[in-house]
Amino acid sequence: MTGEAAARAEDVARAAYGRLLAILAARDGDIQVAEDCLADAFAEALSSWPETGIPSNPSAWLLAVARNRRQDLRRSAAYRLADPLDEVERDGVLPVVPELDPDAIPDRRLALLFVCAHPAIDPSAHTPLMLQTVLGFDAERIARAFVVPPSAMAQRLVRAKRRIRDARIPFVVPERGHMPARLAPVLEAIYGAYAIDFPLVAGTEPRGSLADESHYLATTLADLLPDEPEALGLAALISLSLARRPARLTAREFVPLDAQDCSRWDSELIALGEGYLHRARPLGRIGRFQLEAAIQSVHCARASSGVTDWRALRTLHEALVLIAPTLGARVANAAAVGRVEGATAGLDVLDAITDDAACRFQPAWVTRAHLLAEAGCAAEAVQAYERAISLTTDPAARRYLERRRSGLLGRDTEALERGDQG
Amino acid sequence: MPTTIHPYGKGHPTMRYALLIHYQQPPVPALTDAELNAGMAAFQAYTKALDDAGVLRSAEVLQTVASATSVSVRQGKLRVQDGPFADTKEAFAGIFMLDVPDLDAAIAWAEKCPAAQWGTVEIRPSAVRFVEGAWAAAA
Repeated sequence: MTGEAAARAEDVARAAYGRLLAILAARDGDIQVAEDCLADAFAEALSSWPETGIPSNPSAWLLAVARNRRQDLRRSAAYRLADPLDEVERDGVLPVVPELDPDAIPDRRLALLFVCAHPAIDPSAHTPLMLQTVLGFDAERIARAFVVPPSAMAQRLVRAKRRIRDARIPFVVPERGHMPARLAPVLEAIYGAYAIDFPLVAGTEPRGSLADESHYLATTLADLLPDEPEALGLAALISLSLARRPARLTAREFVPLDAQDCSRWDSELIALGEGYLHRARPLGRIGRFQLEAAIQSVHCARASSGVTDWRALRTLHEALVLIAPTLGARVANAAAVGRVEGATAGLDVLDAITDDAACRFQPAWVTRAHLLAEAGCAAEAVQAYERAISLTTDPAARRYLERRRSGLLGRDTEALERGDQG
Repeated sequence: MPTTIHPYGKGHPTMRYALLIHYQQPPVPALTDAELNAGMAAFQAYTKALDDAGVLRSAEVLQTVASATSVSVRQGKLRVQDGPFADTKEAFAGIFMLDVPDLDAAIAWAEKCPAAQWGTVEIRPSAVRFVEGAWAAAA
C-alpha cells in the first residue's frame, strides 16, 4: 500500500504539480511559500494515503492540504511578524476534505509562465523558474542541466522568487496589446531549454537534456494560447525537431539532416508538430518560430515523399533572415542557396556575412567546407574543415567532420596519417 | 593519445596554449559530496573530449592553495614561505596544455571547461618549451 500510495502521489505530482502550484502562488505571489506548502501536502499524502486510502480526487486533496498548511503558516508567530494581519482574517478557513476541484479551477499555469519570464526578472532565471514551478524540478537537477554549481542555481531561483513576491509581479495573462512583447521572452525561455548548448558534461550519465521538458512547456503554452501563432509555431518547431532525434547519431558519429535515415524519425511527433503548424497558418501572423517550424516540416516531408524540396527551403530561409537575421539563420540561408543555385552562389552569400563573430562561428566553417568541397576546391575545403574541426568540441560532430575531411585527402595522405598516429 | 602528430593534417602549424584555471579556494559556500562528484564527472568528460580530439598535451589539477609553499632566494638567502605567491580570492588551481591551431580554437575549448562556470580560465600561449634536452619555440 505504501508503494502504491507513493506511486500514486508521484503520478499526481507529475500531472498536477504545475497546476497546483500556479493556483497556490497566484493568490499572493509567494512562490516559495506555495512550494513549501505543496511539498508538505505531498509528504502528508505519503504518510496518510496508505492508511486512509487514496482520495477520489487526489489533486483536490493536495490543494486543500496545501492551503491549510499556508493558513497555519500565516497564523504562526513568525509569519505574523512578517506579514500584515488582515491577510489572515480575509482568508477564512478551508475544510480538509473539500469539494474544490482543481480541474474546475481555471488553469493558472499560463499566468505563471508569464510571471517566470517577466521583464523584471533576470533573463538567466526565466527557464530555471519555469522548470521549477511548472515541472517541480529541484534546484540541483536544474543546476545539472545548466552545468552551474547547485548553490549558484539555488541562489538565482531564490532571488527571482523573492523579487516576484516583493515587487508584486501580478499573476495575470497580459492583455492583447501587450501580448507580443510579453510573449517573446516566454517563447525564448522555452526555446532556450531546448536549444541549450550542452557543455561536455556527459560523464557516466546520459546527457541531461531538457528537450522533453521544453517540449512539454511548449505544448502546454500552445494549448493554453491557441490563438497565438508563435506559441503554436514553437510547439511545432520543438515537436518536429525532436522527431528527428533518434536518427541524429549513429555509431557515435553525428549524422547531418539530409543523410539521416528517416525511417528512424518519430512519426507521432511529426504528426503532432504538423498539427500545430496547421493551426498557426490561418491566424495569419508569420513569425520566427513558425518559419523555423516550416523549415523543419519541409525536411520531415522527406519521410513520406522521399525527396527534399530545396526550393521551398530556400524561400523559407530567405524569409527567416528577413525576420530574424541571426548569424545561424544567415549561415543556414547560404547553405540553402548553395543547394538550389550551386555551391558558388552559396559561397557568395556566405562571404557577404561580414559579422566579426562569423570567423569564430563553427557552423559557418562547416557550411563553407561543404560548399567548397562541392565546388571542387578540395584544398580549400580541407582547410575549412580543419578550421571547423578546431572549433568543434563535441566528439560526435568532430568524428563526422574528420571523416568528411579525410574523404577529400588523397589515399596516400590518409594511410600516412593512420601510420603516424599508430 | 597521439604523441607527435597533431590532428589537423600534415604541415598545419599549431600553437601550444595553457588554459590556467582559477577559482575560489576553498569554495564558498562549501561543496557537498554530490556537488564535488558532479564537478569531477564534468572534468572527466571534458578531459576525455580533449584527449579524444588529440589536442591535449597534459593536464594537472593542483591541491588547494592551503598546501602551497613559496620559495625565493634574496641576497643569497633562501626564503621559504608558507602559502601562495599571491594571496588572492581566486587562486590558481590547475593547468591544461593544449595543442590547437589558434586562439579561437583555444577559446572554444576554454568555454567548455567546467571551471569556466564557477571560476576563470586564462588562456596563455606558450613561448618556449623544453623538449629533447633543449629549449625550443613552443609551436
